[in-house]
Amino acid sequence: MSIDLSQFHQVFFEESYEGLDAMESALLNLQPDNVDSETINEIFRAAHSIKGGSGTFGFTDVASFTHVVETLLDEIRSETRTITSETVDLFLRSVDCIRRMIQQHDAGEPCDIPEASELKALFEAILSGDEPSETDVIAAVDPEAKAAEVQPENASQKGWRIYFKPEIDVLRTGNDPLRMFRELESLGSLSVTADVSELPLISSIDPEACYLAWSLELSADVPKSAVEEVFEWVVDESDLTITPLSESNLSSAENTASDAVSENASGPVVDSVIDAEPDNNEEQQNSPIAGPAPTESPKPVAAKPTATVSDKKDKSKVEVSSIRVGIDKVDDLINMVGELVITQSMLGELGLDFTIESLPRLLEGIEQLSQNTRELQESVMRIRMLPISFTFSRFPRLVHDLSRTMGKKIELKLLGEQTELDKTVMERIGDPLVHLVRNSLDHGIETPEQRINAGKPETGTITLNAFHQSGNIVIQIIDDGAGLNKPRILEKAQQNGLVAEGDMLSDDQIHDLIFRPGFSTADQISDISGRGVGMDVVRRNINELNGSVEVESSEGEGSVFTIRLPLTLAILDGQLIRVGKHIYILPLISIVESIQSFQGMLHRVVGGCDLLRLRDEYVPIIQLSSIFNIASDAKDMDDGLLVVVEGDNMKVAILIDDLEAQQQVVIKSLEENYKKVDGVSGATILGDGTVSLILDIAGLIKLAGVQRYEYKAVSSGDDCAA
Amino acid sequence: MARILAVDDSASMRQMVSFTLKGAGHDVVEAADGKQALDKAKGTQVDLVLSDVNMPVMDGLALVKELRALPNYKFTPILMLTTESTGDKKMEGKQAGATGWLVKPFNPDQLLATIKKVLG
Repeated sequence: MSIDLSQFHQVFFEESYEGLDAMESALLNLQPDNVDSETINEIFRAAHSIKGGSGTFGFTDVASFTHVVETLLDEIRSETRTITSETVDLFLRSVDCIRRMIQQHDAGEPCDIPEASELKALFEAILSGDEPSETDVIAAVDPEAKAAEVQPENASQKGWRIYFKPEIDVLRTGNDPLRMFRELESLGSLSVTADVSELPLISSIDPEACYLAWSLELSADVPKSAVEEVFEWVVDESDLTITPLSESNLSSAENTASDAVSENASGPVVDSVIDAEPDNNEEQQNSPIAGPAPTESPKPVAAKPTATVSDKKDKSKVEVSSIRVGIDKVDDLINMVGELVITQSMLGELGLDFTIESLPRLLEGIEQLSQNTRELQESVMRIRMLPISFTFSRFPRLVHDLSRTMGKKIELKLLGEQTELDKTVMERIGDPLVHLVRNSLDHGIETPEQRINAGKPETGTITLNAFHQSGNIVIQIIDDGAGLNKPRILEKAQQNGLVAEGDMLSDDQIHDLIFRPGFSTADQISDISGRGVGMDVVRRNINELNGSVEVESSEGEGSVFTIRLPLTLAILDGQLIRVGKHIYILPLISIVESIQSFQGMLHRVVGGCDLLRLRDEYVPIIQLSSIFNIASDAKDMDDGLLVVVEGDNMKVAILIDDLEAQQQVVIKSLEENYKKVDGVSGATILGDGTVSLILDIAGLIKLAGVQRYEYKAVSSGDDCAA
Repeated sequence: MARILAVDDSASMRQMVSFTLKGAGHDVVEAADGKQALDKAKGTQVDLVLSDVNMPVMDGLALVKELRALPNYKFTPILMLTTESTGDKKMEGKQAGATGWLVKPFNPDQLLATIKKVLG
């Protein structure tokens, strides 16, 4: 039969990744001087499952590599070997190695990881220290079977004479001699003689025990191993001799059997009882008094399996990202849909014979419908939500490795790991988070000596904290390190021309400079951070998710980076704005404030953007009517309304006619349905059925041709203003 | 046609075993650890148990001992799905009361051939 095993590959990959993650975190928790057996067991089990699965599904390279890992783990588990921090590191490296191997298989690429053989050699060296190296797992052939193959198979043409005396408890393990004889019979013609000499008096018979022994003659041209295989599970506890039939002299087994028969005369006469037994009944398979020669022919092979799934092969190539959803969430959803159906049928009935008297019921029904819809929307959103622990889980390893490389002592605390957020947001926040954590490790936490000198505990702490706050998820990276060095930031900013000499900046403004492009204070480019990817990229990535990042810091006490993100990318909290007849949507999170009467705050610039003097800064004004070439109600700029928004690291004021409602909108991609339009991040359908465009602040800034950093700080601002 | 209890903490192995057995016309009950398996075995009589050895919560050896203590499962064939090709694990299984074993990695054909041995 052919079953296409590739249909199980995806599940295998997923559970292997999970297993590797579990191995990794257990390894990180392991204290070499105080080994907890349950932790070792957990690591072992994960390795063991990966080995078993990879062997079964044909990933032999993974299986043979995992085998050596597992062998060493098994020795540690059985306490024949102690674990050191070096072995822990070796295990961690092999976790990475196995992960990469599986990723390559997952991607359908040829598996080629040079580190694997290097690591394998290291493991084998450790193992061969006092143990002979084991046979490869792939050659999982039974040692007995192997031995049998080596034996000369002479005289097998005629068949085999078998003497079989199982242990008395054989039936209690679910084994049944009768079944074995049937199997033998399927190899050739079989004759069976039962030896009942050990059978006690009927009154003292234990019906669960097996008192019989058998002499069998199998006439079949089969190798000895085929016969041995039949008795494979019982051979260790049984008296079993297999001799070739062609040997003319009687085998010892035959002697024993005939002796037994002759002894029979003095024993109880049970022969006839057994002979008289009716044809073996299927239900009595487990009957302790197994009948002698099975008369029925072996049952036909079970029906052929129906499904061969060759047509799925092509599909497996297409990369489909999948999501594991708790059954409770799906149940909730089904429940909601159930209620929706009830409401629908209720409204349907109402419509059949609608009179004005039923209006209250109609309104009630519509109210119910809107509640159903809201709940349904929430439930569907929850399906895409995963706990942030999926992202946090990579940090213990990262911090462990990096702090070792840098010679720092760092403790990582994870808080709010169960906080849920959208899978897409989670996938895209991973890299910025890694960057921020690396940054805290590298620039934030001081070396142990520096810390002791500063009167701080030797071990620094980095805390990752996640929580929900007013419809957003907030992620904080908190370190108790040195804090941001304001004078150095300022100096650097002046060197790079980000700030003019003599500019007066608030602390927050100075801290915010680190998010500017081309800014790095690292004295030398270290291996850890400062590889050219700056904090500006972090901020841009987060802004692309409609989120924001800011930093608070106090010198000597540490820094707090706070990331705010929408819970999902599919729904946006929007502010509807009107320009002329057109309704646009601004992401609510980007709005700083709106200003109604701003005469006197306006600064007209010839040949550039007009500016709004907002307290101590100048904000460029973007006129939607001129960018989109539409008519606005306001004849003059003063008649309109300015919405100050933040995007792409800068503030701009957008001139509109009016603010309309705030509402949640479902984002429809323009790129997928039409094409990319500058200044517009997507579209949505409003309650009245019209399509409304969602504005992309960063895109608008580009469209309007606002010069970045043209208007940077207070004192220099006056120069720009006309 | 038999009712078979397939026990493995690995979902991919469980799916493979289950798919193979169902394809051969058997009725399959799945469990992810020994505890689950025991509960399911108590709830329905199965004709054959196929169990992994290393599992969380309750391992395969403990499961065999628990099953053998139930009157309904005194003689039911129980096969251990084991990766240990060395003798000790098999013997541990036998001592716990297992009928036999099937060494991983195995393919669907080997699985069907083996269960044919115990189901006749």
